[in-house]
Amino acid sequence: MRYAETGYNLEIDLATGNIQRVETDPKLMETHLGGLGTSVKLHWDRGGLDVKPFDDENLFVVSSGLFNGTPAFSANRTVCTFISPQTHLLGYPMMGGFFSAELKHAGYDKIVFRNKSPKWVYLWIKNDKVEIRDASHLQGRGALETQDLIRKELKEPRAQVAAIGLAGENRCFTASIEQSRSSCSRLGGGAVMGDKKIKAIAVRGTKDINLARGEEFMKLLDGVKDYINFRNANPIPDVMTILAGIGSPQEMVHTDEKWHTENFAWGNARVRRKDFWNKENEANWTSTQLATVKRLISCYNCPQHCGGLVSFQGGPYYMMKCFGKLTYSMAAYVDDLGFNFRILQRATEYGVDSFSTPQILAFAVELYEAGILTDKDFAGTSTYEACPSDNEGRFFWLLDRVVRREGIGDILADGVYWAARKIGNGAEAFDHNTIKKHEQLPLKLGMMDPIYYLMYTTNEKISITQIEGNFPQAAFPTMEQREAFVKDWPQIPDEKFKQYVLDWEPRGEMANPYYPTPEIASEIVDWMEMLHNIDDALCLCAGMASFCLKPPYHINNYPQLISAATGMDLDREGLKKIANRSRNLHRALNNIRGMSRADEKPPEDHWKKRFPDIEENLLSTYYKFKGWNNNGVPTRATLEKFDLGYVADELEKRGVLKDGQDN
Amino acid sequence: MAKIIKKVKTIKVDADKCNGCRGCEIVCSGFHATPIWSSINPARSRIQVITDRLNNKWLPVFAGQYTAAECMGRNKYIIDGKEYEECDFCRASCPSRELFQEPDSILPLKCDMCESIPPLDQPKCVEVCLNDVLTYEEREEEVEEDVKVEDVEIGLASLIDKYGRDKVIDIMARMAEKTKPAA
Repeated sequence: MRYAETGYNLEIDLATGNIQRVETDPKLMETHLGGLGTSVKLHWDRGGLDVKPFDDENLFVVSSGLFNGTPAFSANRTVCTFISPQTHLLGYPMMGGFFSAELKHAGYDKIVFRNKSPKWVYLWIKNDKVEIRDASHLQGRGALETQDLIRKELKEPRAQVAAIGLAGENRCFTASIEQSRSSCSRLGGGAVMGDKKIKAIAVRGTKDINLARGEEFMKLLDGVKDYINFRNANPIPDVMTILAGIGSPQEMVHTDEKWHTENFAWGNARVRRKDFWNKENEANWTSTQLATVKRLISCYNCPQHCGGLVSFQGGPYYMMKCFGKLTYSMAAYVDDLGFNFRILQRATEYGVDSFSTPQILAFAVELYEAGILTDKDFAGTSTYEACPSDNEGRFFWLLDRVVRREGIGDILADGVYWAARKIGNGAEAFDHNTIKKHEQLPLKLGMMDPIYYLMYTTNEKISITQIEGNFPQAAFPTMEQREAFVKDWPQIPDEKFKQYVLDWEPRGEMANPYYPTPEIASEIVDWMEMLHNIDDALCLCAGMASFCLKPPYHINNYPQLISAATGMDLDREGLKKIANRSRNLHRALNNIRGMSRADEKPPEDHWKKRFPDIEENLLSTYYKFKGWNNNGVPTRATLEKFDLGYVADELEKRGVLKDGQDN
Repeated sequence: MAKIIKKVKTIKVDADKCNGCRGCEIVCSGFHATPIWSSINPARSRIQVITDRLNNKWLPVFAGQYTAAECMGRNKYIIDGKEYEECDFCRASCPSRELFQEPDSILPLKCDMCESIPPLDQPKCVEVCLNDVLTYEEREEEVEEDVKVEDVEIGLASLIDKYGRDKVIDIMARMAEKTKPAA
């Protein structure tokens, strides 16, 4: 019997319509856990090294993780993996919601799509019955409305559906995959799904998921539950509101947006408005949010309220989360939060990433204002009007063009990096907020921050928001605050991390950019990314583990939980080894696809005060700490330590790693 | 007729607080698994969260009586501007839908308030709901002890319905023979 996992994948050949239920190797759980871990291995083994994003052979893998379907609180993520059209690296956006548990109850850990369908289809899975169904009647439909249309058509109100909108159909590089209150948004998963002509995936499952030592697992979860209750009742003092709690940032609960609106940059990541959160704006934004958020909602088996069911002034209901609440208003320089609620409804139905897309639209506006784009690019045609001149109207117009790939929208739909190079004529200079060709948070700050420098530049996720986590974002001003913070901190992998917090000063020699030192910053980042790697293999929400301060799940309770669920004999060192194995495999795959040290740098204006020598030292120290050579490629010794000798062979065969190279 | 104290168990549902997480379904299925917590399957749960997200409906409903036939006519209710089908509130394990049926055998499921030895302080679904949607209440009522002929009839009718008239009569006759007082 298989525990925690189902032991089967669904293999779908879209070209021939062939559907197979394939048993997986039980050993893979011991070496890669599941979720992202086993998906990376699958891409490595099956063509992920050479394939291009829109090739037939680019596998599109929809995966659950090891904990989905178990009673583990907040195990609700689904990870989609594919070669990203934007970065040409292995992308792995994740969504919460309700999909993964349903997939496992239907009897499958992953769905592996290969090739392309000749016509629009959706996949319907009900336990052992799996059908590729015609979706021509759903073409052009919104990503949310499609979910309900399919449930109605199938007469299956309890089916969970992941769908793309117009943006995915038209292969926009920022197209998302929407599902319930969540979405796989980053790196163009919706575009790859659209390229394969998969409009949606619907699943209903009524099978058991087995636990190896269920009673022990539930006792451990009692501890987790008590800690969730404790943390909900005891927010962390002396940190900004959204960092005080657990879960994803509680943007639907909190109305205080002083930190976001004054520290994040408006427009195309341009301007910090340090006086924005005045009494008038605070009153307007607060009343708008309270009137619009109709209910606080969660993902599967999670007690938190990270999502909101919203309806602006009687408009259609949709669901939102996190920073998407602000991104369009801030990118468009619109001081009214109502605008964000209105345009996000349309954007959600179109199915676009609400981080990247507003920046792309703001980038276009900047190019127009700089004369690089002209009235000709914003003109109307026989099918649509010319672009309005007001900020709100301009954003709605640009969004419509992008998702339909009409006119200038066809170029913008590839994201800022690629659009800047296609437009030329100086547009490249306006691409000032991408790393590895991907739009980052609109965050432009003063002093270079060593921990953030490493997280921004080196992680395979290519998105800072999903890398940071357990370590404080900034030094506490007073020693009393630091002592209070470290006093009750069971989540740390080693006691030394307490000292790092105690020693970290807001200013002076023991402050950024000199402290944390490159060695200490490497240790901290290694801890953060290890936790993310484990979360992503379990498909447990990072908001309850790697993404927040003092979370309920951590490196000190994960091994026992995984052991009880799966029956594997696993301790902390064993779990760390699995996380390292997955990370190095992922790294090597991206190295073969061309990623190297040259790609690992934040934009020039990311911080006002830069320190080239310190930054170079940071990167070199971190590479060494990770056992990578000076170009960011894992060495043979490192790979062999994690039983990845076959990876070293491939890297050497391709000349990515020179024979005997270890620095 | 004698008076007896009867314990009435109730779970109060504050649906407005429900965040739709379905944790109640998960623990219900695990608690009722054999052995306990050996498997999880919300489809086996005796509580189901009826959900229609884009119409703002989240409604936890407990499994009640089995019914052999679905209703002939159904009402619709509009509450706070939201339209509900009568089925949304219905607790029956009914042939018109998948709810409250064992997925393998299609046998009906019914909430037993997690009765167990030793007894729990409260049903598992209530314990796991960290949003206080579900509140367990017990109250004692003094009632007259009487034999409710209708209850016996209902019980027998459902046995006949499930196993057939002849089998039930046959078993009754056999049991009567066994329990016959000595001559």
